[in-house]
Amino acid sequence: MKKTICLYFQVHQPDRLRLYRFFDIGKDSWYYDEFANKTILRRVAERCYLPANEVMLEQIRLHKGAFKISYSISGVVLDQFEKYAPEVIESFKELAKTGCVEFLAETYAHSLASIVSEDEFIAQVKKHSLRIESLFGQKPKVFRNTELIYSDTIGATVAQMGFNGMLTEGAKHILGWKSPNYIYTNAINPRLKLLLKNFQLSDDIAFRFSDRSWANWPLTSEKYVTWLSKSLEKDEIVNLFMDYETFGEHQQSSTGIFQFLKHLPSAVLSQTDFEFCTPSEVCKKHQPVAPLHVPYAISWADEERDISAWIGNELQNEAFGKLYEARESVLKTKDTALLSDFHKLQESDHFYYMCTKFFSDGAVHKYFNPYDTPYEAFINYMNVLSDFLVRVEKFSTADKTKSGTKIAANKGSKKA
Amino acid sequence: MKVLMFGWEFPPHISGGLGTACYGLTKGLSNMDVEVLFVMPSASGDEDESSIKIINASDIAVTETSKDVRTILEKVQFLRVGSNLVPYLTPEQFTEMVEKNRKGQVKDFKISMGQKYKFSGKYGSNLMEEVSRYAMVAAEIALKNDFDVIHAHDWLTYLAGIAAKRISGKPLVIHVHATEFDRSGTNVNSVVFDLEKLGMKEADKIIAVSNLTRNIIINKYGINPNKVVTVHNAVDFQGFEQMDVERGLDEKIVTFLGRITYQKGPEYFIEAAAKVLKRYPNVRFVMAGSGDLLNRSIRRVAKLGIATRFHFTGFLIGEDVKKMFSYSDVYVMPSVSEPFGISPLEAMRSNVPTIISKQSGVAEVLQHAIKVDFWDIDALADAIFGLLKYPALSQMVVKNGLEEVNALRWDNAAFYVKEIYSEVLKSN
Repeated sequence: MKKTICLYFQVHQPDRLRLYRFFDIGKDSWYYDEFANKTILRRVAERCYLPANEVMLEQIRLHKGAFKISYSISGVVLDQFEKYAPEVIESFKELAKTGCVEFLAETYAHSLASIVSEDEFIAQVKKHSLRIESLFGQKPKVFRNTELIYSDTIGATVAQMGFNGMLTEGAKHILGWKSPNYIYTNAINPRLKLLLKNFQLSDDIAFRFSDRSWANWPLTSEKYVTWLSKSLEKDEIVNLFMDYETFGEHQQSSTGIFQFLKHLPSAVLSQTDFEFCTPSEVCKKHQPVAPLHVPYAISWADEERDISAWIGNELQNEAFGKLYEARESVLKTKDTALLSDFHKLQESDHFYYMCTKFFSDGAVHKYFNPYDTPYEAFINYMNVLSDFLVRVEKFSTADKTKSGTKIAANKGSKKA
Repeated sequence: MKVLMFGWEFPPHISGGLGTACYGLTKGLSNMDVEVLFVMPSASGDEDESSIKIINASDIAVTETSKDVRTILEKVQFLRVGSNLVPYLTPEQFTEMVEKNRKGQVKDFKISMGQKYKFSGKYGSNLMEEVSRYAMVAAEIALKNDFDVIHAHDWLTYLAGIAAKRISGKPLVIHVHATEFDRSGTNVNSVVFDLEKLGMKEADKIIAVSNLTRNIIINKYGINPNKVVTVHNAVDFQGFEQMDVERGLDEKIVTFLGRITYQKGPEYFIEAAAKVLKRYPNVRFVMAGSGDLLNRSIRRVAKLGIATRFHFTGFLIGEDVKKMFSYSDVYVMPSVSEPFGISPLEAMRSNVPTIISKQSGVAEVLQHAIKVDFWDIDALADAIFGLLKYPALSQMVVKNGLEEVNALRWDNAAFYVKEIYSEVLKSN
C-alpha cells in the first residue's frame, strides 16, 4: 500500500470589532470595523486566496487527479467573501468542480462552542455544513474543530453527528511515544477516526519557511521531499495541516512560497512512494492503530497545545462566561440581527486578543492582534457585549409586554 | 505687587488638578491686582493668557552668567544622580514618554552660549535632569525680570523657586498641592522626599491646600507649624456648561473619574461596586481614567464577574469629562489620600450627588457630600445604594451641594494668598 500525504488548509478571517466606547452602549449597535475587515480581506484575497487557488487548480489539472487537497472555510469568512470578495468563492467553486478537493465541516462562527455548549456547537456545525453543501455541492463528512480543538467528549459529539473522521493536533503530551503518522480513533466512540497533524513537518512550511536564521533555510521542495521519505520510512501517513494564509500572507510571495507550492506535488509524486489523499479517503484507506485518550481539550496553538490561548485568564473567562450565559435568551428572541451578532461575538479570535501569555508565544499573538494590550481587547469586547445584552434584554421585555397586552386584550374582550 | 510663579500646566494642557488650580489662582490674583509672571515649561502658545503673562521656559536662552548649576545650588549635582528615578509613571508610560519626547528634547546637555532649553512640560523621562535644568532657567528668568515674590507650585518647581530666591533675594512661597506620601503611600521615593523637604525648608511660607496636607507637612517633613498655612482650593466654573446628553442606558450610573493609581483608591470602588450589584442589579459602574492600576483593576472586575455592569472608558478629556458627568447618577472619589480633590466639586456642579473619602482635603470644605472612610467598602456600598435608592437623599445632596460649591471662589483663596505675600514681604 502506498503511503499517504494529506494536505489540509484552514481559511478564516475574523470580524474585527471597531473601537466601541462606553458612550456607545445603548445608542449605536454597529460593532464592526468594516474598513479594517474589508481592507484586510481584500489584501489577503489578492495576496493569498486568489493566487494560491490558482496554483492549486493548475496543479490539480496538471496531475490529472493525483494531487488532492482539503479545506475548511469558516462560515463567517464565507459571509465576508460574499460581501467584499465574491470572486474568491467563485475560485473555490472552480476547485470544487475538479473533484480533487474536499471541504470539511467546522463551526460556523469559528467558535469555541464545543468547550461550553453542546447544543450551540451542534447547531453551528449543522449551519456550516448546509452552507458548504449549498456552495460547493458536497456534504462534509470529516470534521475539523476551531483551532483543531479536540477532547474525548467533543469527539464523541462529532461522531454522534455522523462524521467519519476528525482532524486534530498531534500533541506531544497526548501522544507520548506514539507517532502522529497513523490513524487513531476516538476513545469513547471508535467509529470516529482521528487524523493527527504532524506539527514538525507542517510548521516547517507554515512558520519556518522564510526564517533565515533556521539552519535549513532555504527550504526547497526537493529538500522537503527527502525529509518526507526519509523520516517516515515505516509510517503510513503524514498530515500537513496549516493556515491557508501561509501562502502569500504569513509567508509572502517574495519568499518563494508559491514556487515551493508549485513544485511540491510533482516532487512528491515522482520521488517518493506517497500519494495524495483527502481526509475522507484517508479514513477509508487506513485502519486505526489504537484509541487515543484526550481527557482535556487540546488544540494546535502555542507551545502548550491546549486551549489556554482563548480561555484561562480572568478576562477571557469573564467574557466567555457572560457571552454564553446569554445564549438561551438570545435564541428566544429569534431575531436575525441578534443571532448574527451572537455568532460573530463567538469568534475565537476575540478571546485570543485577551490572551496574556506574552512571553512564550507573544510574537505570533502580536501578529494576529489589532489591540495593543489584552486589557484594551477586553474593555472593547465587554462594551460591545454589554450593548448586545441590553438589546437582548430589551427585545425580551418588549416581547413580554406584547404578549402581555394580548392577554390583557383577550381578557378585555371576554369581559365585553 | 508682582509675583514670579513657577507652575507646570496651564489650560488647555491639563493632566490633573494642579493645572486647574494654578489657573484659578492666577485668575483670582489678577482680580486682586497682583501681577503674575507665570513660568512653565513647553508652553504651546494656545494657553489662556488673558490674566497673566506666560513665559515658556523653553524659550529662555541661558547665557554664560548662570550656566553652571553648581554655582546656583550645591544640591543639583546630587539630584542629577537620581535622574533615572521617576516617581509618577509606570515603566510602560516611562518608555512611551521617552519615545514621544525624543524629538523634542535637547539631547546634548552641554551648555553653549544662547542654547535654548526644551522642556516636555509633563512629568517626563529624565525627570530630575529636567527639574535641575528648569532651576537654571529659573535663575536666568529671575535675573532678567522684576518681581516682589516667588511662588512655586509642587515639588517639580521647588528647585526653580529656590534658585530664583538665591539669585534675587526675594521671598519664596511654596504651594503644596500634594506630597510624596499622598502619591506613593508608604513607598516614598527618597529623592522626591528630599527635594520636597528642601523646598519646605527654604521657603519663607508654605501654602497647603488642606489641613490634611498641612498636617503631613508638619508631621512627616518636620516643618515648623507657624510657617505652614492652609488655603483651600476653590473651583472656577466660568464657561462651565452642563451638557445635555441623551443616555443610551436605562440603568443608573455610578462613576469614578480620575487617575487609576494607588492614591485614588480604585480598588475600593470596585469592591463596593460588586457589593452594590448583588443587591441592586439595575446599575452600571464606570471607571474613567487611566493609570498604573488600570490593568489590575480590569482583572479584578473580570474576576468578580461583573464586567458587563462595570465599564472602563480610558482617559477622558474635555467634552468627554462633561459628558461623563452628565451620564452619572452618583460620583465617587474613594481616595486613600487626597490633598484636595477638585473633581467632586465638578461633579456637584453638574448636579451629581457625590461620595468622597474622609481622607481628602475637599472633605474639609464640603458639608453636603457623603463622606466615608476610603477603606470602608461596606459604608461606601451603603452610600451608593442609598443615593440610588432614595431619591429624596440624592435630591437634597444635589441642591445643597450646588450652593456650597458655588460659594467656593478662587477670589477668596487669592485674597488669602495675597495676605501671605504681604506678610513675607514685611518680614523680608
